[in-house]
Amino acid sequence: MNLAAGVQLVCFFVLTGMMLTAAVGVVLLENIVYSAFLLAVVFLSISGLYILLNADFVAAAQILIYVGAVNVLIIFAIMLVNKQENFANIPKRWIRKVATGLVCFSIFALLTTMILITPWSLDATSPAVIDNTVIELAKHLFSDFLLPFELASVLLLMAMVGAIILARRDLIPETTTSPLTLPERPRELASVSTKSTED
Amino acid sequence: MQLQLEYFLLSGAALFCLGIYGLITSRNAVRVLMSIELLLNAVNLNLMGFSNFLDPSGIKGQVFAIFVITIAAAEAAVGLAIILAIYRNRDTIDMEQFNLLKW
Repeated sequence: MNLAAGVQLVCFFVLTGMMLTAAVGVVLLENIVYSAFLLAVVFLSISGLYILLNADFVAAAQILIYVGAVNVLIIFAIMLVNKQENFANIPKRWIRKVATGLVCFSIFALLTTMILITPWSLDATSPAVIDNTVIELAKHLFSDFLLPFELASVLLLMAMVGAIILARRDLIPETTTSPLTLPERPRELASVSTKSTED
Repeated sequence: MQLQLEYFLLSGAALFCLGIYGLITSRNAVRVLMSIELLLNAVNLNLMGFSNFLDPSGIKGQVFAIFVITIAAAEAAVGLAIILAIYRNRDTIDMEQFNLLKW
């Protein structure tokens, strides 16, 4: 990274502030659509942090995969389960929230002390940063990480098939299927039609 | 004053704790998935920080981050499919109503 140290520091603090503010919004906002869009802000600022860490390819992959695929998927899911639902009040719920907050804060305190007291063995000399990370990543992926790489492709195929099978609607066996109709039908229609045939 | 490894680790820890809080307290099932994405991103931030500061010549941390991103994409797809199926089954996305396995 060719920026001056002060510029890097300012960029880091701005990006971290954006990231943490948006993450608080994701967790705490009432409207879930706002949360989904704030999640995109979190992903974009994390990608900026990756660029600060000299990882251009992973930053681009982060934007492409998270903002382009995962976030769009989440927004589609929000649209598909679009139900304005007033959750029923549960007594003593605030106790759970306070307890969870306490536990999370203690985890954060523990992590902070551990991070600060651990002597990280950094070499004082400024290391030679490789300028083309894509070549280095490709070398790793096709030599010593080849097996996980291929397994990841199998896992992606399994996830794709599994998601389709889980999310599709039930097939309705129909005796008289004209060739122009889809073989599946929404379940609500199916139940209505079976009721009408029973009547 | 330069960028330190500790800064990235601390921001990753903060993001992780926010994700855990959201994971446990949120009642909307889609928000639970979003909190899981926050957790995975916090871990990725740690990996990238270590990769840049401790192993800058052989960037193994970035390879790990790429694998985590891959798994996260697969997990999001399957998780959202499960939420869709359970929404059709129970007609709600309230996490408190998913108590079939409660004894």
